[in-house]
Amino acid sequence: MPFFLPADDPGPSFSNLLQRMGHNPLPDPGMAVPVTHATTCVAMRFADGVVMAGDRRATSGNLISHRAMEKVFPADRHSGIAIAGAAGPAMEMVKLFQLQLEHYEKVEGGELSLDGKANQLSQMVRSNLPAAMQGLVVVPIFAGFDLRRNMGRLFTYDVTGGRYEERDHSATGSGSLHAGTVIKVAYRDGLTRDEGIDLCLRALFEAADEDSATGGPDLMRGIFPVVATITAQGFERVSDDELSGRFRALLDALAANPGGPAQ
Amino acid sequence: MSMPFYVAPEQMMKDRADYARKGIARGRSLAAVTYGDGILIVAENPSNTLRKVSEIYDRIAFGGVGRYNEYDQLRVAGVRAADLKGYAYSRDDVDARSLANQYSQILGQIFTHEVKPMEVEILIAEVRGSSGEDQMFHVLYDGTVVDEHNYSVLGGDSEVIAERVSQTWSENLSLRDALRVAVGALAGPDRTLSATDLEVAVLARSDGRRAFRRLDDNQVAEHLS
Repeated sequence: MPFFLPADDPGPSFSNLLQRMGHNPLPDPGMAVPVTHATTCVAMRFADGVVMAGDRRATSGNLISHRAMEKVFPADRHSGIAIAGAAGPAMEMVKLFQLQLEHYEKVEGGELSLDGKANQLSQMVRSNLPAAMQGLVVVPIFAGFDLRRNMGRLFTYDVTGGRYEERDHSATGSGSLHAGTVIKVAYRDGLTRDEGIDLCLRALFEAADEDSATGGPDLMRGIFPVVATITAQGFERVSDDELSGRFRALLDALAANPGGPAQ
Repeated sequence: MSMPFYVAPEQMMKDRADYARKGIARGRSLAAVTYGDGILIVAENPSNTLRKVSEIYDRIAFGGVGRYNEYDQLRVAGVRAADLKGYAYSRDDVDARSLANQYSQILGQIFTHEVKPMEVEILIAEVRGSSGEDQMFHVLYDGTVVDEHNYSVLGGDSEVIAERVSQTWSENLSLRDALRVAVGALAGPDRTLSATDLEVAVLARSDGRRAFRRLDDNQVAEHLS
């Protein structure tokens, strides 16, 4: 059991504790290596909070390495993290980030502020910079419901750990150009939950249509993007049944008007 | 040259144990009882911010009585041990028995080797698949571990309070009834305790991954009314 004298205490930070115990969770690989990549994720605000979504495809070069990968995760009760980039370090970062927030909450007896959580993630992305220089780039989106300000907020990052609060929406990963544009064109203030989810699905659908590394809805296998809403009630994943219905409606609308926009 | 007086080891241990027991007896007690959906932990604690009962891991809770700074240091060590183990292996590998053993080692070491023993008693409780499998470990100031069933009482008056719990406790209580059993036993026949005097938390099987949940004063008052 790690037992420290008061002057020697690593505090509520789990990553400090790991270092003190001799673990180095995100090491520099020292050379460029071919790895599995996770791709497109989007997030945006709606009337009650934020909605996040990510496709399910992981690629190694031009091959599909995984069809059902998850890229959107709860970070804690009122926040979520979506990741794009090298899958291995990204999963490790998510795991560490979730632990970091829970560890802080348990040691300190209270949750970090949403800004505090966003800042923590910033430090983690920055500590991954040496690996990013070798090609293991991890670029997350962090979104959550700020209980102190009573509103949904979202943050994007760059590989140096730069943290940028977005007002309304953001997209990351290889299909982000297309997904981001779809959202940008259709976004307006005060979207309902239904409208927000539909817009995210449309954005991912269009990204998958243009970007080979982004997976579309897989009706044959029943694999749909991971979509989650984060409101004052917390993180809630949208069920596959609901997504299936929404995708079928989207596809019907597109088929009814081939070549034109879905109404 | 002065020679230190010879003190027999038996006497030394007895003095230390008396010292620790006196320190613990100055504080107020804590009772944990199993109920249908898990384990209820009730501490007599007028403070709303300095906690005696806390979350250690998904299905494990910690309770401490005695000196606040000492049991809080143990609590944090437990959170660290659990989070490190869950990170290195799997969340399923973190269990109360292993934590209780580690606590026992630390308390035993401090009891025999440090200038003064820790004036604390702690409880490590874990909910599992069904109420028969729930575990509670009561660790004393000298590192003694007691594996307790159905209920566990910590603190100076623990024997008297445990006797009162045993008269009213039964299997598969509702949360409301379990709370009444614990509060009644802590209060005794001559006092009544209100929600503001109590710190209440549950490890509830049906709460999902993180089973630990605090009950605020309003919820406690509602159950007691």
